[in-house]
Amino acid sequence: MQLTDKHREYWSRNLRLTAILLAIWFVATFVVIFFARELNDIVILGFPFAFYMGAQGSLIIYVLVIWFYARRMNQLDQEYGVHEGED
Amino acid sequence: MSAPGSNAAFFKQLKKYYTFYTGGFIAFIIVLGILEQMGLSAKIIGYIFLAATIALYAGIGIMSKTADVSEYYVAGRRVPALFNGMATGADWMSAASFIGMAGTLYLAGYDGLAFVMGWTGGYVLVALFLAPYLRKFGQFTIPDFLGARYGGNLPRTIGVIAAIICSFVYVVAQIYGVGIITSRFTGLEFQVGVFVGLAGILVCSFLGGMRAVTWTQVAQYIILIIAYMIPVVWLSVQHTGNPIPQIAYGQVLQQVTQLENQMNDPATERGAMEASARAAHKAKQTEFEDKIKALDEAVAAGTTVAFMEEARAAAGNPADFPSKPEDLKAAWQKSADGHKAKTGAVSAHATAFSGKGAEAKLMKENPNATPAEIAAAQAEDEHASNVKRRNFIALVLCLMVGTASLPHILMRYYTTPSVREARRSVFWSLFFIFLLYFTAPALAVLVKFEVYNNLVGSSFATLPAWVSNWAAVDATLMKIVDVNLDGIIQLAEITIGGDLIVLATPEIAGLPYVISGMVAAGGLAAALSTADGLLLTIANALSHDVYYKMIDPKASTVRRITISKTLLLVVALTAAYVTSLKPGDILFLVGAAFSLAASAFFPALVLGVFWKRANYTGAVVGMLAGLGVCMYYMYTTYPFFGGVPANEWFEIKPIAAAVFGMPVGFLGVIIGSLISAAPSKEIQNLVDHVRYPSLEGDIDTRAA
Repeated sequence: MQLTDKHREYWSRNLRLTAILLAIWFVATFVVIFFARELNDIVILGFPFAFYMGAQGSLIIYVLVIWFYARRMNQLDQEYGVHEGED
Repeated sequence: MSAPGSNAAFFKQLKKYYTFYTGGFIAFIIVLGILEQMGLSAKIIGYIFLAATIALYAGIGIMSKTADVSEYYVAGRRVPALFNGMATGADWMSAASFIGMAGTLYLAGYDGLAFVMGWTGGYVLVALFLAPYLRKFGQFTIPDFLGARYGGNLPRTIGVIAAIICSFVYVVAQIYGVGIITSRFTGLEFQVGVFVGLAGILVCSFLGGMRAVTWTQVAQYIILIIAYMIPVVWLSVQHTGNPIPQIAYGQVLQQVTQLENQMNDPATERGAMEASARAAHKAKQTEFEDKIKALDEAVAAGTTVAFMEEARAAAGNPADFPSKPEDLKAAWQKSADGHKAKTGAVSAHATAFSGKGAEAKLMKENPNATPAEIAAAQAEDEHASNVKRRNFIALVLCLMVGTASLPHILMRYYTTPSVREARRSVFWSLFFIFLLYFTAPALAVLVKFEVYNNLVGSSFATLPAWVSNWAAVDATLMKIVDVNLDGIIQLAEITIGGDLIVLATPEIAGLPYVISGMVAAGGLAAALSTADGLLLTIANALSHDVYYKMIDPKASTVRRITISKTLLLVVALTAAYVTSLKPGDILFLVGAAFSLAASAFFPALVLGVFWKRANYTGAVVGMLAGLGVCMYYMYTTYPFFGGVPANEWFEIKPIAAAVFGMPVGFLGVIIGSLISAAPSKEIQNLVDHVRYPSLEGDIDTRAA
């Protein structure tokens, strides 16, 4: 099994995507928690911001992150010819 | 590999079955509702729900009966992403999520959100680091991956031991939940309830392994999500006129905050009444503390017997009066603490990491405090608040990484038809889990509003029916006492147990009993489905990894499955036995399972895919060190094991032990790998193999 440059490029694009999405996850989780006391002063539609993120906002971001990853990676598989047969 | 098109046909067929099933379930509820109107008693409804749902799960189990290895271990690897998502949702959401979550949020407000974030955000890690790669690897268990990636039996063995420890701890918590629900809704004894529930679990997983468990879990997910949503939507319509509680509760939260402020301000009418109730609690607290002091003096003076006689007479000679002075002291201390807990201000629901109120207390007791005293009190508050924040972050991290390390969840991604479907399946999993988790905060706020607005301020003479019903059933869930004897209910006079919130919502919303029965059935489905997945994980680790891979690799298919089923039975009975002893704190057990899994598995699994240099020595050192540090920390800090909080590092609670165990695990894998030789070419090829969904001239690691 010999990896071509194309294969290596696929993997590095995968790593880049993973890193970006992980950064979003980190901000939506830990940065929001760390500054929760300050962020709670911002009130949107009755919700203090940090409370809203913890209860719902961050959850929505998690769902979207995973949705985007699945979609993008399944596209990359096709683009780089490493996709599986029909399932 | 199956022929193209057959999976699509299978998917269509499944969709048809489960649509009929959902319709059938709703029809069943409607029929029961009509029967209730015609006079069917609540007790019978409880029994019908218990019997019907367990029979249903057993029926699916019998229909999915199998003797094929691949069907038994991974449901034939043809579970479509959507259905695997539902099954994972049910597998994931336990009794703690279904019944406990909203209650925790009701009691803790913002600080309870650690569980909501931790138990959902972990799926990001599953999606990015594990699910697609494990699917490509395509064997049966998580120790399988450790065994193949790192070679030798030792990494596999450590994996097996860690998988058994965390799954067993977790399954005990689930069976406990099953026992509580069955006993509460049918009047059976707790121990009997445990074994009835166990029968439901066993029939299913015993006959059909992963295949039966998967299709049952899909059915259980449908029941639990309907059961969770209906009462919340109804409550939301009543309070806000908006049928989408997740949006509507913003305005309710504002009203709750307003009420909280009023209750904390003695200048308002509500605040004055709360202050009077708090003062009454304070008086009671002092009274009990004086009694304890008198008891201590009597013991010191050698007049214990006379004192006990007098105290018994003063209490009106109750039959359950403690006979030993130390028991009496403990009982009084408990009363004093109970009253003390009610003397403080109401903590605001949405406020993050509130301090301990040292400044407010100082200003109240000594309005002329010097600036130095005020500054000291402020510093104390700030420290308390920072410690809370630190613990919140640590807990969220442990729950997330633990999610991405629990074998019973990771195993589910072996069952999809392809890597592509595995990725989609993580999305569906989190989506279905999200539906419940982002509703729980809304439910907590809606119930809080009901209590603050309608219950508080009403008269003891006309208690709402749900309050008197639950107070009669279980005083730990609902207790209400007129401490200041003004005939009006104050918040400080109500004690609510967290589990009440979900269980009582149908009654609070004025729904018929059939909905309460449905909620109980939902809780049961949540507990049973998680227990199913966990038991299967333990039995598979023993039968597949220990017996087949290490003891007898030539064992026939029939023998492997027979061994697995026997072990399943043994493990289930052991777990039920341990549960019936009612061991310690359930929430701690659950948290401990997450911390243990995160410390033991996550570093070795992730580096196994993302770092080719990781090798045998690294994995062994990393897993042992991670697990070791985690267990050591729990042992020295958790009171149950004789630990003391003074041993805590950075004041982090033992439930979040993985915050130390996991980094040590990563360091262990890295250092251990670097001081020994790089893994062989074959193993490096294996890493490439799992990284690419399909490679030309690829090796094949799939198990039959």
